Amino acid sequence: MELLVASAIGVLTTAGIYLVLRLRTFPVILGMSLLTYAVNIFLFASGRLTIGAPPILQDGVTTYTDPVPQALVLTAIVISFGMTAVVVMISLGAYLGSDDDHVDDQPEATGSEERS
Amino acid sequence: MTHWIILPIVLPAFLAPFIVLAARHHIGIQRVFSVAGVVALIALALGLVWAVSDGSVLYYRLSNWAAPFGIVLVADRLSTLMVLLTSVLALFVLLYAIGSGWDSRGRHFHALFQFQLMGILGAFLTGDLFNLFVFFEVLLIASYGLMIHAGGNARLKAGVQYVLFNLIGSTLFLFALGSIYAETGTLNMADLAQRVALIGAEETVGIRIAAVLLLLVFAIKAAIVPLHFWLPSSYAEAPAPVAALFAIMTKVGAYAIIRVYTMIFPPNLEATMGLHDLWLLPAALVSLAIGMIGVLAARKLDRLIAFSIIGSMGMVMVAISLFSPVGIAAALYYIIHSTLAGAILFLISDLVRTGRGNLDLTAQPPMRGTHMTAGMFFVGAIAMAGLPPLSGFLGKLLVLDASYGADLVVWVWAIVLSSSLISVIGFARAGSVVFWKAHGLGPMEPDAETARPATLAYVAIGGLFAMLIAHTVFAEKVHAYTTTVATELFAHDTYMSLVLETPGKLSDPKEAH
Repeated sequence: MELLVASAIGVLTTAGIYLVLRLRTFPVILGMSLLTYAVNIFLFASGRLTIGAPPILQDGVTTYTDPVPQALVLTAIVISFGMTAVVVMISLGAYLGSDDDHVDDQPEATGSEERS
Repeated sequence: MTHWIILPIVLPAFLAPFIVLAARHHIGIQRVFSVAGVVALIALALGLVWAVSDGSVLYYRLSNWAAPFGIVLVADRLSTLMVLLTSVLALFVLLYAIGSGWDSRGRHFHALFQFQLMGILGAFLTGDLFNLFVFFEVLLIASYGLMIHAGGNARLKAGVQYVLFNLIGSTLFLFALGSIYAETGTLNMADLAQRVALIGAEETVGIRIAAVLLLLVFAIKAAIVPLHFWLPSSYAEAPAPVAALFAIMTKVGAYAIIRVYTMIFPPNLEATMGLHDLWLLPAALVSLAIGMIGVLAARKLDRLIAFSIIGSMGMVMVAISLFSPVGIAAALYYIIHSTLAGAILFLISDLVRTGRGNLDLTAQPPMRGTHMTAGMFFVGAIAMAGLPPLSGFLGKLLVLDASYGADLVVWVWAIVLSSSLISVIGFARAGSVVFWKAHGLGPMEPDAETARPATLAYVAIGGLFAMLIAHTVFAEKVHAYTTTVATELFAHDTYMSLVLETPGKLSDPKEAH
């Protein structure tokens, strides 16, 4: 369980960082999504890993899982979902406007030639 | 009285959807409500500053849940000072946006502006780290909208870079919060301060990683070298009133560093020893140098101002990273100054753009209203470069004075003084090229497509200048106040006991049945 969660976080983060370091918007956005998945799982793990235990107080139950990370993850999911939607729209606008999906600034001479 | 604290967050939070839903087709009504909201915010902020000026700390428990379990909002002298600074800045920026017509060049400017204020004020008032993250996201998502307001390819492109950089920052913030929660089991700042101090010397690995990650996140916000790359193009491409409002956003990062690293990871905490003086101070010195060299190297006026913002943030962080009451007091004085000066310069750059259509640092025929704009740029540049008689000079003196006992005092003095010289040269060169050489090129063609800036735009900049001059004239009083703020930060017993020991609602399983 620990190994599975830890390696999931590790693989997602690695793939995410690799993709973020690409220079085109599409892989960068994919990488950002992978990074947010990684951080969501990481937040779950921050409340210790418990299997099959309820987060809310109940009669006759002795082991509980920590409810706070679940609330944090829920907030983080909603926020990252919204942010991804925003960045997709803005980068789509930028791509359609200048016909160039590079994230970094291109040298000015080549940029103007392509457009003309 | 305690409910007042949440009003600076609730007011813009309700005003923004109201503007979107009820007034989206009437720019006039939007303007009236937006200005009225900001004026009300100033009144609220003044009330809060007055309420905490006797050293008391105000707090507000959301839903009345007891402290480490529920979210608290806390208003002490530092928070209320920043709230007041934000709302005053917002008023003049809003007046400029209305006067120059920027708000009608795209949709939903006023709603986004109110959401932006909600995020910034919330970040200043919250007493909970995760809540700080949420308010960061609120201010960021509003800033994405404001940043690409009025559209245009260059702006959208800079917007993509800005959004992606900040998304990575947010992800780092979540990683930091996760590791803090895993180590301590709490995210309430006061509770964290107590628990972090209890961690044994052998078990500090996790919390040290968390402290560094958190510092990185705030350094991204505060644009400290080497995490400053997002700032120049996004501030230069953003609409000028928005860039002027963004002058407070870098200060949110500075505020968060002051708050978290005086309270949760104080300088005398063994686990994070060396983070301030070994890492933060050199980074701040480098950003000061890079910022001012950028001022000299910039080829457009808006980039020049953006780099001067980086330089002034470097100055602020130099003072903060001393982590002494004197240093923080100097930093707070300089924060107020650099927010006002940065906003003034961005608004003036928009006057130049209105007058002659571009911001290139090349000699072009004189624009309309050149005398007024040139005069204002002269005063603004003096303020930002830190020449006497304005508050930039006093702030710099305070920083130099505060650094007197530090280990790196020679470096601090050398870099602060030489970077001031470089920025003076940079601003003088820009001013002479844009305003003086213009007269050698003969009068401007009368049929050019440029317009004279509106009166309200001048009023807004004049108001900011009045604030800056007041900040200079009443420097002694302001500095005395920032000194009490800084002293309170290092003796936060009132804050801690108030947040943690005041009884609130607790879930009682027996009562539920």
